Amino acid sequence: MSANFEPNIVAFLCNWCSYAGADLAGTSRVNYPSNIQIIRVMCSGRVNPLYVMNALQQGADGVLVSGCHPGDCHYMEGNYYARRRLGMLKDLMEFVGVDPKRFHMSWVSASEGHKWKEVVEKTVEDAKEAGPFEGFRRRKIEW
Amino acid sequence: MTEKPKVGVYICHCGINISSTVDVDAVAEFAKKLPNVEVARTYSYMCSDPGQVLIKKDIEEQGLNRIVVASCSPRMHEPTFRKAISEAGVNPYFLEMANIREQCSWVHEEMEEGTAKAEKLVGASVAKVRLLEALETKEVDAEPAALVIGAGIAGIQSALDIADAGFKVYLVEKTPSVGGRMAQLDKTFPTLDCSACILTPKMVDVASHPNIELLSYSEVEEVNGFVGNFDVKVRKKARYVDFNKCTGCGDCAKECRVKDRFPNEFDQGLGKRSAIYLPFPQAVPAKYTIDAENCLYLSKGKCGKNPKCQEVCGAEAIDFEQKDEFVEFKVGAIIVATGFDPFDASRKPEYGYDDYSNVITGMEMERLVSASGPTEGKIKIFNGEEEIEPKEVALIKCVGSRDESVGNEYCSRVCCMYVAKQAHLIRDKLPDANIRIYYMDVRAFGKGFEEFYDRVRRENVRYIRGNPSEIFKRGNKLVVKVEDTLNSRALEDEVDLVVLGVGLEPRADMRGVMDLLRLSQSPDRFFLEAHPKLRPVDTATDGVFLAGCAQGPKDIPDTVAQAKGAAASAMIPLARGKVTINAQVAVVNEATCRGCGFCVNICPYTAIELVTVNRFGNEVEVARVNEALCKGCGSCSAACLSDSIQPKSFRDSQILPQIAALGVLK
Repeated sequence: MSANFEPNIVAFLCNWCSYAGADLAGTSRVNYPSNIQIIRVMCSGRVNPLYVMNALQQGADGVLVSGCHPGDCHYMEGNYYARRRLGMLKDLMEFVGVDPKRFHMSWVSASEGHKWKEVVEKTVEDAKEAGPFEGFRRRKIEW
Repeated sequence: MTEKPKVGVYICHCGINISSTVDVDAVAEFAKKLPNVEVARTYSYMCSDPGQVLIKKDIEEQGLNRIVVASCSPRMHEPTFRKAISEAGVNPYFLEMANIREQCSWVHEEMEEGTAKAEKLVGASVAKVRLLEALETKEVDAEPAALVIGAGIAGIQSALDIADAGFKVYLVEKTPSVGGRMAQLDKTFPTLDCSACILTPKMVDVASHPNIELLSYSEVEEVNGFVGNFDVKVRKKARYVDFNKCTGCGDCAKECRVKDRFPNEFDQGLGKRSAIYLPFPQAVPAKYTIDAENCLYLSKGKCGKNPKCQEVCGAEAIDFEQKDEFVEFKVGAIIVATGFDPFDASRKPEYGYDDYSNVITGMEMERLVSASGPTEGKIKIFNGEEEIEPKEVALIKCVGSRDESVGNEYCSRVCCMYVAKQAHLIRDKLPDANIRIYYMDVRAFGKGFEEFYDRVRRENVRYIRGNPSEIFKRGNKLVVKVEDTLNSRALEDEVDLVVLGVGLEPRADMRGVMDLLRLSQSPDRFFLEAHPKLRPVDTATDGVFLAGCAQGPKDIPDTVAQAKGAAASAMIPLARGKVTINAQVAVVNEATCRGCGFCVNICPYTAIELVTVNRFGNEVEVARVNEALCKGCGSCSAACLSDSIQPKSFRDSQILPQIAALGVLK
């Protein structure tokens, strides 16, 4: 893998905590790598594990899902579902030969702009280590 | 979908907030090449009136039916643009925003990377907007009543305003009396009004107002529902005194077998109370309460032959059989006015609060100088066992504020002035004392504050700039060790009394209310408002508002102002009588639903149920969503094995193209 490989990362953020935390990072002018693209969902519990695999198939080298801290979910228990489902997915990924470093889960609250930066940096760093994802990419992408 | 999507993309410069890191013209050129995009424009401020007109004009002239606005966070201006496009005849949910400010231009430095990322975000938004569906907003009736949690000055003021406007208010207070922290204060800065004199009339008003139901010694147990229709359950804790019979005469407290044994919370533990007590003489309601933990009869099952209180109560109000009661009611809006905790001075062990009886906190000083306090206004100080007349007094500011070592970076906003006020009051009572104030900065920012600070300095109060490092005992004296940073001198001042100007902290028990109402905390751990500048009394939960120190440290005028603001905001749904319910709810495809019920079990709002329908001549069970209850989180959808349940605006068919766009636009 080339040393200056810049991974493409798709992030799913819940509207109430992590998306607001990423907004706060902006308001506070915290700099972080631009490799990450955010898709807003209402709750991390909305993230179908298939989205993670789909993102890898469609051209992402790493995926991040971030929600409210356990116990703080705006919808009471959505992040617990996310934690359970995506934890299973992570095991499965390893089993089918996808480097689990490509997938991260984090809990970032609406007040944690700086934590968001750390999460992004860690995700990017790990995806860099894992290198370009060439696994089961779709050949033809229509959108 | 019958009509072909015709997308307009509008890219905002936001002055130079976006355009300094994102080449907006390049993004517009890029957007024009995307499928279904008819027009792509940039403008200096999209949210401004001319910016909105630009979009509306294009909708009318070019027949656009889908709009992408690439600008700030949708959390900021989504409602603005939804409104704008609906005014031009496009369904408000045919809008997608690309967040190229908070999540792009403000966090990246290079024009190249900023532009590349903005293009991808715009691409993803275009991919999604084409597949959005038109949604109808629905309205439901709002209950014309409000719940106010906490009856300090903030809660009292909010409750009075709402009640005066003609709405029912349930005012819930955890302790036996309303009044909160303000009732404990002696004089208030900078005017030196007596705190009780201006507060007690309001306390009486909330108890007697025909529209206010005061639930003292009560706690909110459960809150369900949503703005306009909250179902609230309150626990009325047992007082063991019949509320209607008690006349407040106080005979019981005088005769209590454990009379004056327990520290009086209201006097910061400086005075003593009996197991049956009235927190303070002006308490509202003026009804006695038995502290079950300390009452002999309730804790040990035996109090002499017969409990004394029961014997002497002429009104026969004592009722040891009383149990907690529950009341349930419906409200349209909720105000959280739960207040603060004073900083616990034990957490700064270097100041010796736990070790020396003549190191006291500002709250204790308030009770000592108060004419209705445990010493009737005499500054009674003990040096060990010996009562002393302090000759040398030190007041220390910023104890527990602006101090990372205790985790409080914020300024508590009241200590500068209350310490100055206490210096003034001490000067009144001890005319010959040497009074020194140790400070980091003096922040006299409010109306009349600077004038008051000047007045106190003229009263022979010395301000020494320095943050004391230690307080220790030498002989009979306390030594304040400090560097006078204006003179670069190390000082060891010998004093008789130290008053710690403790700051304000979030309440230790805030977690309960936080979980009930799904509130968040800001970095300082106080409750987080919806927007620090534009929505300072709102929260992320619709219909829930903040007032007073629950949201952050405040003095009394600011607290009252915010309480009035919260009351005005809470009254919007009450006065309108209707609330708009979330249109982005989940919907079931009944043709593919297998009726397994996974979604039913998962839904945190019990918004889904299984119903029997006739499908091609067969009776089958399928899931059905109650739109009034659904909040649109989408947890059900991620669990559905046949992708049959989907949250509107966040369907698989709308998110997957976003993912694809981000991948392909690498």
